[in-house]
Amino acid sequence: MTTTLPSYDDVVARYEPVIGLETHVELGTRTKMFCGCRTDFGGEPNTRVCPVCLGLPGSLPVVNKAAVEATIRIGLALNCSIADWCRFARKNYFYPDMPKNFQISQYDEPICVDGYLDVEVNGETVRIGIERVHMEEDTGKTLHVGGATGRIHGATESLVDYNRAGIPLVEIVTKPIPGTGSLAPDIARAYVNELREVIRSLGVSDVRMEEGSLRCDVNTSLNLPGQEWGTRTETKNVNSLRSVERAVRSEMLRQASVLDAGGRITQETRHFHEDTGDTTPGRSKETATDYRYFPEPDLVPIAPDRAWVAELKAALPELPRVHRRRLQEQWGLSDLDMQSVLNAGAVELIEQTVAAGATPAAARKWWLGELSRRANETGVELVDVGATPEQVAELQGLVDAGKLNDKLARTVLEGVVAGEGSPTEIMTSRNLEVVSDTGALTAAVDEAIAANPEIADKIRSGKVAAAGALVGAVMKTTRGQADAKTVRELILARLNVEA
Amino acid sequence: MAAISREEVAHLARLSRLAVTEEELDTFAGQLDVILQAVAQVGKVAAADIPPTSHSVPLTNVLREDVETPCLTPEEALSGAPDAEQQRFRVPRILNEDLAS
Amino acid sequence: MSDLTRKTAAEIAALVAGGETSAVEVTQAHLDRIAAVDDQVHAFLHVDTEGALAAARAVDERRAAGEPLGPLAGVPVAVKDVLATKGVPTTVGSKILEGWRPPYDATIVERLRAAGTVMLGKTNMDEFAMGSSTEYSAYGATRNPWDLSRIPGGSGGGSSAALAAYEAPLAIGSDTGGSIRQPGAVTGTVGAKPTYGGTSRYGLVAFSSSLDTPGPCARTVLDAALLHEAIAGHDPRDSTSIPQPVPNVVAAAKLGATGDLTGVKLGIVTEFVGEGAEPGVMAVFREAVDALTKLGAEIVEVSCPNFTYALPAYYLIAPSECSSNLARFDGVRFGLRVGDDGSRSLEEVMSLTREAGFGPEVKRRIMLGTYALSSGYYDAYYGQAQKVRTLITRDFTAAFEQVDALISPTTPFVAFPIGERTADPYQMYLADLFTIPTNLYGGPGISVPCGLSDGLPVGLQVMAPTMADDRMYRVAAALESAVGTFTPPAL
Repeated sequence: MTTTLPSYDDVVARYEPVIGLETHVELGTRTKMFCGCRTDFGGEPNTRVCPVCLGLPGSLPVVNKAAVEATIRIGLALNCSIADWCRFARKNYFYPDMPKNFQISQYDEPICVDGYLDVEVNGETVRIGIERVHMEEDTGKTLHVGGATGRIHGATESLVDYNRAGIPLVEIVTKPIPGTGSLAPDIARAYVNELREVIRSLGVSDVRMEEGSLRCDVNTSLNLPGQEWGTRTETKNVNSLRSVERAVRSEMLRQASVLDAGGRITQETRHFHEDTGDTTPGRSKETATDYRYFPEPDLVPIAPDRAWVAELKAALPELPRVHRRRLQEQWGLSDLDMQSVLNAGAVELIEQTVAAGATPAAARKWWLGELSRRANETGVELVDVGATPEQVAELQGLVDAGKLNDKLARTVLEGVVAGEGSPTEIMTSRNLEVVSDTGALTAAVDEAIAANPEIADKIRSGKVAAAGALVGAVMKTTRGQADAKTVRELILARLNVEA
Repeated sequence: MAAISREEVAHLARLSRLAVTEEELDTFAGQLDVILQAVAQVGKVAAADIPPTSHSVPLTNVLREDVETPCLTPEEALSGAPDAEQQRFRVPRILNEDLAS
Repeated sequence: MSDLTRKTAAEIAALVAGGETSAVEVTQAHLDRIAAVDDQVHAFLHVDTEGALAAARAVDERRAAGEPLGPLAGVPVAVKDVLATKGVPTTVGSKILEGWRPPYDATIVERLRAAGTVMLGKTNMDEFAMGSSTEYSAYGATRNPWDLSRIPGGSGGGSSAALAAYEAPLAIGSDTGGSIRQPGAVTGTVGAKPTYGGTSRYGLVAFSSSLDTPGPCARTVLDAALLHEAIAGHDPRDSTSIPQPVPNVVAAAKLGATGDLTGVKLGIVTEFVGEGAEPGVMAVFREAVDALTKLGAEIVEVSCPNFTYALPAYYLIAPSECSSNLARFDGVRFGLRVGDDGSRSLEEVMSLTREAGFGPEVKRRIMLGTYALSSGYYDAYYGQAQKVRTLITRDFTAAFEQVDALISPTTPFVAFPIGERTADPYQMYLADLFTIPTNLYGGPGISVPCGLSDGLPVGLQVMAPTMADDRMYRVAAALESAVGTFTPPAL
């Protein structure tokens, strides 16, 4: 094992990468793939289980129609052909998080095949081939006890919760992606991001990588220019967009160092570690696992009829790329501005804020400014920052009505994010409304004039600019709740000076 | 010639998670050999262009509406467990992490 | 009241409905009989005395309240230990499930309850329904009431022996390669394998999913039909369940009992009347064929050339599916766990558990199936067997273009002495030679007693097209009307 890695530029100058991605998406159906147990996240352990998803002797699976529909819709959105006839197969291997010690999946007869997804990287469109989209069931979750960090290694025992077992999964497999050169990590990331957008637009999954409802395995290989593709490794456990990029990059560097040293790449499963950004090999010494696939005898084939598929196709929403182009036009944004909206994950949020009454410019200002800053600080996705598009629109409405100035609005927004209530409620309860009552303001102005006779004289003598100091004094006594422009007009009027 | 060797039987036992004894290996190797030679007769049938039958019922699209049905209580779910802890099924330490999800 | 245990299910139901006896009285009579003879027969693995009497009381209360009763209300039934019964031990004849009480009921068990039957308990079977003699039960062999030194057939030997020993008038079995029909034949009782998909597999602990078929066992054809009607029909929890009305098997049995088979054309399977069966069995079978002819049936010979390959194909398909179905018995969620002393890994504990929990026949089939599904062998073994299955189905289809039903001896030999075939697994497999093709095809088959050979029962098998279960009941009932029923020597 070499300790010094070559530089990335050096690697891509000498080697050509081929990547491939296998993405698992947990569908947001109400019930599991093969039984009627609910799928909602976060229940107490083993409370979302029945004889079927626990794999009790005698139980039998029945396919969830909504899961099949969702899979077909994903396939259609990815420009796949929908099979006339397909089957489930059993993938046999022993693992305690799999109740039956086989997974019901699809093998050589998947429901969707041969599609593509266009993604944009640095303003260029790259077409990623989709090999297949198929249905399967998720496994339970294992808690490792007694080890150092909750990892399996070093644990003395493990505890299994089957709530997740049997939740519908869709696996989306790309064709090998050659020819990406130095952009391989960016393309991998852009693909996963675009796939996530597509699936989210279909409303079939919440596609949250951090909660595991979208999980990625990344295949990477290197070859010398003009030579055959190299041996690939499969990196598992890649659970954020940034990790997708890092995993490809790290594996390219590692493989290059092995090849440089005259070594050979082993076809193996590797694990990605978020903390170090490295991959490490799996511990299994067994050679390629033989899953002994065979047609699932407890389920009959699925033969989606043409009318059903046509109906699903007709009901597909506008796809994200098309949708984004339309929004960009409506919002009057440059490519660069649109890119920053995209990077912030704010497209939908801004869209909804506009729908709730704000102007595109105002909506963008809040989401990309104050709220993005807070999301970064607290390390959450923008959508989870604590403010809804409706609240942001309401806040902007208060500003437009002159009830809040910019500084007060930011204070109110903090309250919203802290969960204190709606902007109007917070403004009222914390008494943050702009003081527009002229009587009270006039008193404050008169007080400021009386307290600062010299400045007042300067203003009277025509040095209107000196009014700023008195405005400041008034703002101080009204604790910022006055409108500065109104205060200034009032000062000049009390001193009988023309503005 | 034997259809299956003692080593192959030992491999099958490992794949099948059966901690068979040496004595059993001898017995099973002999018996499986007889059985395999007998069942290998299926190879005599000329069936190259015959489609396989995996189901005898000619059904397709047996689908269930996405409607909740009652779950077991955790007590019922764990009632048969040889060992449970923290409302979960307890198992000894796991060696093979490659298949972990 | 004369001995209630000698009555048919139809008679018992009529007596209960008419108030001439109570369900509790009937149930108690059978519990008493079990207590008296089951030490010798060992048909039951578990007798649910409390549950049975409670169910019987409920029937009597419903009757007293004037509520409508089903056609089998108050009739006791013995259930093969392959069906999940909520709160009642379910072992599948295996150590690996010793003490397991399922948290749910099989669909058939629910339907038995809804029909007002009274479940007496769970019957013995070859472990995981793999066997033809019930000798492979982890809880000891069941004995044939005709001769206690002989096997009662298998895998459902417990259910058939319970009927022959008058411990129950009705029983449930499951038939993967003959496990209802073959025990029926060697105990002189009736056993029917419905069309695959005609009876629900939900809650039936799987051996071979594409072949397993639960079905009725009884002492008369009409009783079998009544039980068939009570348990059959579409079940949305079983994806392979056929969403069609159940053929009218009761009417067919009644029609057959009139003893008229005029216009019915029956085919003798040429391949099954050669050297396959022992001479005594063939002689009785020939007499039964004569009887059928006298009832007006037209008899022809029909060749089904691919039936020769049914046994090898079956012993690839069934073990393959079983190797996967039985993977879940790993000591994690239910059942036995062995060797978890803190020093061993999960993998070791799983392997020790399965080693200790499964008997030799189960291990053999798991390993055979694992082999047949392996990537290098799949096409030559499992894949080829699936093609042979297609050819066998074509043989049946072609045959049923010529005849209404096929007939054969149910088994090649009468009940053999306990211990005679356990040393040579393949010799045991031959017991299912005539019953297996039907499972591969998916059609219905019934075994009906047709005579005795050296004092031991011989069964005649009637095989019908899929979803034409009524046809086989008509033929079987007609034969029964001609040859009568057979009573074993007193225990």
